[in-house]
Amino acid sequence: MYNKREILETIQMIKEQNLDVRTITMGISLIDCMDTDIYKSCEKVYNKIYRCAKDLVKVGNDISKKYGIPIVNKRVAVTPISMLVGVSGGDPVLYAKTLDKVANDIGIDFIGGFSALVQKGFAPGDKELINSIPVALSVTSKLCSSVNIGSTRAGINLDAVKLMGEKIIEAATLTKDDNCSGAAKLVVFCNAVEDNPFMAGAFHGVGEADCVINVGVSGPGVVRSAISRLSKDASIAEVAEMIKKTAFKVTRMGQLVGVEASKMLGVPFGIVDLSLAPTPAIGDSVAHILEEMGLEQCGGCGTTACLAILNDAVKKGGVMASSRVGGLSGAFIPVSEDAGMIAAAKSGALKLEKLEAMTAVCSVGLDMIVVPGDTSAKVLSALIADEAAIGMINSKTTAVRVIPAIGKKDTDVLNFGGLLGYAPIMSISKVKPDIFIDRGGQVPSPLNSLKN
Amino acid sequence: MNAILSVVGKDTVGILASVSVKCAEYNANVIDVSQTVINEYFAMFMFINIDNLSIEFNDFVDVLVNLGKEKNLEIHVMHEEIFNMMHKI
Repeated sequence: MYNKREILETIQMIKEQNLDVRTITMGISLIDCMDTDIYKSCEKVYNKIYRCAKDLVKVGNDISKKYGIPIVNKRVAVTPISMLVGVSGGDPVLYAKTLDKVANDIGIDFIGGFSALVQKGFAPGDKELINSIPVALSVTSKLCSSVNIGSTRAGINLDAVKLMGEKIIEAATLTKDDNCSGAAKLVVFCNAVEDNPFMAGAFHGVGEADCVINVGVSGPGVVRSAISRLSKDASIAEVAEMIKKTAFKVTRMGQLVGVEASKMLGVPFGIVDLSLAPTPAIGDSVAHILEEMGLEQCGGCGTTACLAILNDAVKKGGVMASSRVGGLSGAFIPVSEDAGMIAAAKSGALKLEKLEAMTAVCSVGLDMIVVPGDTSAKVLSALIADEAAIGMINSKTTAVRVIPAIGKKDTDVLNFGGLLGYAPIMSISKVKPDIFIDRGGQVPSPLNSLKN
Repeated sequence: MNAILSVVGKDTVGILASVSVKCAEYNANVIDVSQTVINEYFAMFMFINIDNLSIEFNDFVDVLVNLGKEKNLEIHVMHEEIFNMMHKI
């Protein structure tokens, strides 16, 4: 039996503190769909995804009702499409439309995997796919795209970095009447993970099983509320302990949902991604956790330290709660998706440079940041290179998802709607990195000893 | 298997009775009830066995949630496994 306090705590977490399972993501391998005829290939892709994931939404909703826990998104991630393009040739946009159609037909929220892994060079299909990304994102609504341009083992593919700066601008330009939303569904990775359930970066790695269920949890509001119950003079060790215990409970819920979904769908359970994923809703912000820890506003000195403590404690609590942990696992700091970050960016407390520092100690990277529309492709490429360097040297995943506000004034706000939120335009250095980016070639992989 | 039913709202006559009637109607066996009224607010937790429910559990959840709406009460019915997972190691 449970005591009343435990029952109330669970109900309050869900009803008042926005605890939810952010996503159940089904990873599906498309290796067996490859065909030298692109039309046959697309047909096989459609049929396989439909067959594997047709019940995903229903099962998600059933579990949600059974346990009284919201499951916000149901998603599908597939094998990087560049591999299929390599075999079939032809216009990759055909694959994009196929993925979007099947996503709409089975009723899921997003489909990821319009991706290429080019950290050590371009294989057949890679360049074709990358070049088609802006158009693909402009003619689809649920498709997400990602490109891995670097890794600790391979170094950084500077040619790909250059290309991606250009593609981000093109993606934003082609969707400029829709808040430049194409760029919001395109992420550039260093050290991308193969089992990430979160968008826009989810794809199904080639080392994965045929079909798996991965779960991403959320719950910044729960963590903040737990810290707020501590007195203001509680030591930082007590704060870390409280975060750990809360993360444990949040992750247990994700584990329960993942195991249940895998049983109901007859698909193996993959991983729980131990994440604190914010939404623009009030009380669902990672920035507000940092402020609850003792900062006047997110973005000032102390922000990186608080985020590092938070990120580490979330992992420690979560690891024990789940049988299998993976994905990105940590706190996310997407500016437009976090009420506290939006406020801090608006007030000027949070700057791009601080966000970059924060990415060195947390889950992903420069995420959902709106930059001025006249930012050059070279500057964006250099931003990607900086972020990839942090990931490469520190053996962690980093990413860049920035949205150039094409045709907007610097005081405008871009509103993407839904989970993607809204954000003011943040300033970015215009100092030219052109010669560096134009050099191209491969950044050598780093030394893994003599760490200082 | 058990589920936990919680009811919170402004106190009126017959809340426990109306919830119990619904449980009986669908063959949910009440194992334990804990109920209190604080400052005119009614709060109740009910442990119910759902092994022999006459309808699907998810439909039973709908029935109780609708009862809550009718009577202006906040009613949640959750499978006990979520409490097991969160609060027991």
